[in-house]
Amino acid sequence: MILDSKIPSGPLAQKWEKHKFDMKLVNPANKRKFEVIVVGSGLAGASAAATMAELGYQVKCFCFQDSPRRAHSIAAQGGINAAKNYQNDGDSVHRLFYDTIKGGDFRAREANVYRLAQVSVNIIDQCVAQGVPFAREYGGLLTNRSFGGAQVSRTFYARGQTGQQLLLGAYQALSRQIGNGNVKMYPRTEMLDVVVVDGHAKGIVVRDLVTGEISAHAGDAVVLATGGYGNVFYLSTNARGCNVTATWRAYKKGAAFANPCYTQIHPTCIPVSGDHQSKLTLMSESLRNDGRVWAPKKKGDTRRPDQIPEDERDYFLERKYPSFGNLAPRDISSRAAKEACDEGRGVGPGGLGVYLDFADAIKRLGEETVRERYGNLFQMYEKITGEDAYKTPMRIYPAVHYTMGGTWVDYNLMSSVPGLFVIGEANFSDHGANRLGASALMQGLADGYFILPYTIGNYFASEKQPKPNLAHPEFKKALESVEAMTKRLLSINGKRSVTSFHRELGKLIWDKCGMARTQQSLKEALARIPELRAEFWKNVKVTGDNSNLNQDLEAAGRVADFLEFGELLCLDALTREESCGGHFRVEHQQPDGEAKRDDEHFSFVSAWEYQGPGKTPLLHKEPLVYEEVHMSTRSYK
Amino acid sequence: MNLTLRVWRQKNAGDPGRMVEYPATGIIPDMSFLEMLDVVNEGLIAKGEEPIAFDSDCREGICGTCSLVINGIAHGGQRGTTCCQLHMRFFKDGDVITIEPWRAKGFPVLRDLVTDRGAFDRIVQSGGFISVNTGGTPDANALPVSKVDSDRAMDAAACIGCGACVAACKNASAMLFVAAKVSHLAQLPQGKVERTQRVTNMVKQMDVEGFGNCTVTGSCEAVCPKEISLDFIAQMNREYGRAILKGTK
Ligand SMILES: Cc1cc2nc3c(=O)[nH]c(=O)nc-3n(C[C@H](O)[C@H](O)[C@H](O)COP(=O)(O)OP(=O)(O)OC[C@H]3O[C@@H](n4cnc5c(N)ncnc54)[C@H](O)[C@@H]3O)c2cc1C
Ligand code: FES
Repeated sequence: MILDSKIPSGPLAQKWEKHKFDMKLVNPANKRKFEVIVVGSGLAGASAAATMAELGYQVKCFCFQDSPRRAHSIAAQGGINAAKNYQNDGDSVHRLFYDTIKGGDFRAREANVYRLAQVSVNIIDQCVAQGVPFAREYGGLLTNRSFGGAQVSRTFYARGQTGQQLLLGAYQALSRQIGNGNVKMYPRTEMLDVVVVDGHAKGIVVRDLVTGEISAHAGDAVVLATGGYGNVFYLSTNARGCNVTATWRAYKKGAAFANPCYTQIHPTCIPVSGDHQSKLTLMSESLRNDGRVWAPKKKGDTRRPDQIPEDERDYFLERKYPSFGNLAPRDISSRAAKEACDEGRGVGPGGLGVYLDFADAIKRLGEETVRERYGNLFQMYEKITGEDAYKTPMRIYPAVHYTMGGTWVDYNLMSSVPGLFVIGEANFSDHGANRLGASALMQGLADGYFILPYTIGNYFASEKQPKPNLAHPEFKKALESVEAMTKRLLSINGKRSVTSFHRELGKLIWDKCGMARTQQSLKEALARIPELRAEFWKNVKVTGDNSNLNQDLEAAGRVADFLEFGELLCLDALTREESCGGHFRVEHQQPDGEAKRDDEHFSFVSAWEYQGPGKTPLLHKEPLVYEEVHMSTRSYK
Repeated sequence: MNLTLRVWRQKNAGDPGRMVEYPATGIIPDMSFLEMLDVVNEGLIAKGEEPIAFDSDCREGICGTCSLVINGIAHGGQRGTTCCQLHMRFFKDGDVITIEPWRAKGFPVLRDLVTDRGAFDRIVQSGGFISVNTGGTPDANALPVSKVDSDRAMDAAACIGCGACVAACKNASAMLFVAAKVSHLAQLPQGKVERTQRVTNMVKQMDVEGFGNCTVTGSCEAVCPKEISLDFIAQMNREYGRAILKGTK
């Protein structure tokens, strides 16, 4: 496998313009002869499917939820970045680009990130035209807030429901195309394999989650927009259904997987309350605009927060990172909270928590203003914990939130399998080793509205591929292998539930490959995961049958993939002998505990190529070459 | 806490279905309602029985997937709360809790507590959008929108499309859902261009899907987890009246 990032030549700021001109076009009348399969209906998938249908392609779109409107993107709270500079505070495309590269700890591809910053401004225009009700000033113009890792206000938001409103915009655009017959939508349908014919992606195999029917679909190209793999940790802020299945099965068909060890732990989530917990809930980063993070100075201080006087509190982010304060980036803030708890200064049950305090903000702005800005978050906090955050500080703890790693793609968002494109959180492309807040929504929509619809045309126009044919033996082979796996899962009839395996795997990965990783912890995980996987295939109990809706069977397939993927995640973490962004190797730190990057040896993207069952995957290195930015030690002090 | 659940079980659309009783033991008040069901399901799986099928995804009250009628009330009766955000501290030790799916002609049961809400998608497909293609849109600040209009649009747009409004209505009317979308878009200058056709098409589709008429009992507003106001139904009626006067088809 040769990885060619296909970065266009020329100066950074002109690459995308130049590339758009150089790409071959499909004549409007010919577009309808091409069929595109889009798996996923989140921000990336819905925007891509709608836009390609508008252009004239025939599109089929798949999602596992009962409606495309329910994709996990719906849950994003805080906002979306764009370099509009509406606040006149010194923002620009270049600054957004630089912040994103630096936020990613110099582990992202420069050309992709620059293009992302460039198209960010179009996204806001598009969404407003669709009727997305972004927050506004009294004068009628759009307003902004600040997010971590930036010193300008460039985040657009719709109360605490930005993801919902952006997704509804994309969903409505998609619905319009479904209504006029240009997109055929398949909800409650799960993709279980990619079909590759003569080296090109030509279709997928899916299972109808209501009837159990397994079928194949052919297309001239396949687009995966299937989101991130955070649920490999079992507990995360992701929706329950989020999974790695689509990108994992594509990996097994030859699509290299990049940087799986770059996982984001979000600093402000509601702490775990017990073993029954099924997911963790994020308290949006936007809260750090007004909330102050602190822990008691004294170890084991069990006084109520209002009993702890000001001079016995440690506002550790403000202390350690004075120029960014509470808005330090996520990886850094999470580690700082963990440190405080490791030192025995954590609060709440088990000492796994720190405070996020709004007392000062309420004093300064009044409760009404705080309520207007964050009311729904305070309400959610109260529902879950039974506590009133207007009166007592929130308790927060870091939790798995986002995955920067994903399928390797080139500048055209095409994977190492020609004809297989990957967009949104599912790819690895733009966030390096750490994503800045409010940049995932931006990337999903950039990919779907403004990048993929161009680059896919170039693939069609330059490749001149034969039409896909469902009769090809590769389709039959893929169908048979999916059917065999389904039968096998149902026939094991062991003693342990699917969830019990998922929980055990999640806890193992959190403990050994979470916020801090060591060579030893990773080796332990790498020894344990294959054992757990073997036990799964011997002793899992999957109830029911394949001819009815069977949620146990759905979960079993996803957990089976996590049990394989988890190993790659740990292997990648073991191989990367440096600390960068969300990947913190305890052996590699500065004397003050900050991450110690090793540019000399690790300034590359790790792209793993599948070698077959039981074989160690092959590591390919895509060097990261910076033409424009100077790689420096990332400092938010 | 120890509880008794009476749960609707139905193998598939063709099965007549029945209520089945299950004990739920060792429940902790901090659990969400769905986590309580997870615990019961783990017990069923251990006994080799099929778990109770129910829909959920985000489990934080925003995706609109969860959909249970608990003790006769859609989402269980805590104001402004989806059943995934309903916590067990809302119940008492020893309670008997009945759990049923949404019941409406427009939402056929697929299995146990899972229903098909595709009708809502088809209503949106009939007109619940602004017809702009990607690209070529004016600068986002080119057209100021008053904060009042924008906030009101947001109030309507907050609908999560869960269908509780239909489940709560004795006529199984989808008026609150449709009204929320019609009002969201009609409130904004970008959406005004197509307002006449939009409301006409969406109301027509709502009828095709078999949803009943609205007799303004307000039961929809009472269960709506996003507290979407009945005022939007009034606004939609005005929009619809306006469309009739304009004579759209
Ligand atoms: C709680 C929370 C808050 C967040 N807040 C913000 C924020 O404020 N700002 C920000 O920028 N980012 C935020 N993020 C991150 C952001 O929401 C996600 O990264 C982004 O929405 C992902 O979009 P996506 O389109 O790539 O994937 P998703 O929205 O996850 O969509 C995945 C789609 O793929 C489908 N799918 C997956 N697997 C299969 C399969 N095998 N077969 C068929 N279909 C499949 C699903 O049905 C779904 O339609 C937040 C994330 C979380 C968890
Ligand atoms: S599961 Fe998403 S709203 Fe309840």
